[in-house]
Amino acid sequence: MDLSYTDEERAFREEVRQFLAEKLPKELSEKVRRGQELTKDDHERWHAILNDQGWLATNWPKEFGGAAWNAVQRHIFEEEAAAHHAPRIVPFGLSMLAPVLQKFGSKEQQDYWLPRILSGEDWWCQGYSEPGAGSDLASLKTTAVKDGDHYIVNGQKTWTTLGQHANMIFCLVRTDKDVKQQEGISFLLIDMETPGITVRPIILLDGGAEVNEVFFDNVKVPAENLVGEENKGWTYAKYLLTHERTNIAGVGFSQAGLSAVKRIAKSEMAGGRPLIENPHFAARVAQAEIDLMAMATTNLRIISKAAAGQAPGVESSMLKVKGTIIRQEINDLARRAAGIYAMPFASEAVAGSNDALPDPNEAGPVAAQYFNNRKLSIFGGSNEIQRQIIAKTTLGGAK
Amino acid sequence: MNFDLTEERQMLQDSLRRFLRDKYDTATRNGILESEAGFSADIWNGLAELGVIGALFTEEQGGFGGAGFDIAVVFEELGRAGVVEPLLDSAVLAGGLIADLGSEAQQEHIEALIGGALQLAFAHGEPTSRYDLERVTTTASQNGGDIVLNGRKAVVANAEAADMLVVSARESGEAGDQAGISLFLVPADTKGLTVTGYALLAGGRAAEVTLDDVTLPESARLGEAGKAFDAIEARVAVATTALCAETLGAMETACDLTREYLGTRKQFGRPIGSFQALAHRMSDLLIDLEQARSAVINAAGHLADDRASRERHVSAAKNLMGRVGRLVAEDTIQMHGGIAMTQEYELAHIAKRITMADHRFGDIDHHLERFIALSAA
Repeated sequence: MDLSYTDEERAFREEVRQFLAEKLPKELSEKVRRGQELTKDDHERWHAILNDQGWLATNWPKEFGGAAWNAVQRHIFEEEAAAHHAPRIVPFGLSMLAPVLQKFGSKEQQDYWLPRILSGEDWWCQGYSEPGAGSDLASLKTTAVKDGDHYIVNGQKTWTTLGQHANMIFCLVRTDKDVKQQEGISFLLIDMETPGITVRPIILLDGGAEVNEVFFDNVKVPAENLVGEENKGWTYAKYLLTHERTNIAGVGFSQAGLSAVKRIAKSEMAGGRPLIENPHFAARVAQAEIDLMAMATTNLRIISKAAAGQAPGVESSMLKVKGTIIRQEINDLARRAAGIYAMPFASEAVAGSNDALPDPNEAGPVAAQYFNNRKLSIFGGSNEIQRQIIAKTTLGGAK
Repeated sequence: MNFDLTEERQMLQDSLRRFLRDKYDTATRNGILESEAGFSADIWNGLAELGVIGALFTEEQGGFGGAGFDIAVVFEELGRAGVVEPLLDSAVLAGGLIADLGSEAQQEHIEALIGGALQLAFAHGEPTSRYDLERVTTTASQNGGDIVLNGRKAVVANAEAADMLVVSARESGEAGDQAGISLFLVPADTKGLTVTGYALLAGGRAAEVTLDDVTLPESARLGEAGKAFDAIEARVAVATTALCAETLGAMETACDLTREYLGTRKQFGRPIGSFQALAHRMSDLLIDLEQARSAVINAAGHLADDRASRERHVSAAKNLMGRVGRLVAEDTIQMHGGIAMTQEYELAHIAKRITMADHRFGDIDHHLERFIALSAA
């Protein structure tokens, strides 16, 4: 048991800091710091900078061109990246699809798709949820019917994050209706340019348009775009969900968020004194910080176990629930810290186009972020689903 | 960064767990709770033979452990079994202060302590000091080369059994000053020392200790005159970490018992754990149990840091353990229903240990306030 970082780990942190100081464009970090919406170009720019450094696919094995970092290295990078307000790395191709292709894809699929993820040639989005299949994902209804050397896909996907930027989508589709739900699902790669696909934005309560509906009307997909075996898609989907959620706890985001809360609360005045000196507010901030300190260690304990080859199962559900509770608490504190200046309608999109927000404390669109991050406890398996998984795994006989 | 136990600590954990499983079942422990002494001399000697007391001291002090993680491993196991024997008071607190500050002659007591032959108590808190370590009004005055103590010490755990007490008293300054506090080693049979004992709600015994012209030679002082505060604070940090680890162990038992109960107890024809209202509640406890484990690791891992970092991590841990402890104690009783309300059921004692830990060395509010002050500094 040793909580200190080794000399190598400290040197690595220094290297990461130096890289971020030199290579992270100020325009990007400033946008992230102020909670402004990033454009497709912004994302692609950061993606390319990381790829040049060889630090994009940090979780991939070396044989596929990854950095093969261990858990502690990834944690250090995530911490530093969040502290420097680096854009988040869009995960759909890199850490969701890629591990599935590496484990279940054919050699041809790996050789073709993986380099395109690194180069940024393909922007992937995820076709999982449907209007009638949320937490009960296995009830999905989008169908794929084999027709010669093609599948014909019909149906609708929803909550497709950044689908407006994507040229490719990986989808769960029903290929057999006559068996148990989980046993009739396949994993299909679909070109978004194919005729019959329509993408419609969904405007969220914060005014942003980060998610979409995707409609499939007799979409022709080459049969070679099937990953693994037909009707085994559920296995691959579960692998995707439980295996590579390295940053599920969002510790780096929470740390950066808490720093922002403190910064705002130092300049915001309450009763003629900085808000941070108000004992009630200070107590809430302190409690969140105490929870986060423990969470950071829980996260490290679990990812070091994962690094030692033990696949995280129930632990990733625990990280998801606690990590999102803490992040949402910090969002709530940020909203409160801003006081009356939380009220002006400042969505991330609006903030992007308007540098002259009225708030003298530069809190940014904290209220919009608060509303946007209600999603944290809903997506990726709602927190109730996670609690169900924990109970099922740990209660044994009580199933 | 590494979260594995060393081989030595793993062995210590295994042997202590085995010992307690064999010798310390619920019925035995409940018998000890009702005994006049409030703890078992046999168990105490067994723990000493096993090397458990030695594991709480460094090699320099005559032990073979003494680091934060040694202490955490031992106390987590003691907590799992709901052990009431006074290791925290005799060894970590009073013994630790003697080891930290004692002269060569005073240090000799440590050997007897590690061997199981000595009982100690730390008489520090007073009726009006609550959780403040510097609020000492008991006086130590000079009288012709002797030292005379006068005052009252509150809820001194293990005072009746103690062969000697480590007593704090003020040689100069005001009640709230850190400077001016000294420690003295007082044999239990010293004239003017009165010990009025009582049982504690969660096991063990304590006493109100009055010092009425207790006269001691200069050689009874531990360390330098008026400069004991830093050592007291550092020692209480170790003891607080030990108590947090003990509470973690107790919470593990509470959760294990509840998990088992949810799987076997049937109502409406099915195990009650199949009802989501209970299943999700159990999941939340298990999540917070991992948070508690991390808090103990953080406290233990920073015990050797400088004061600010050490105390900040200790206060963070004690606050979190208090919050999670209340949740675990209340919810595990609730999920069990009536059976957990009976004294003979294991959870009853365990839940009391968890809850009453919040009343030692500072509760949730005390440590939250302290954490804020330490973070601002």
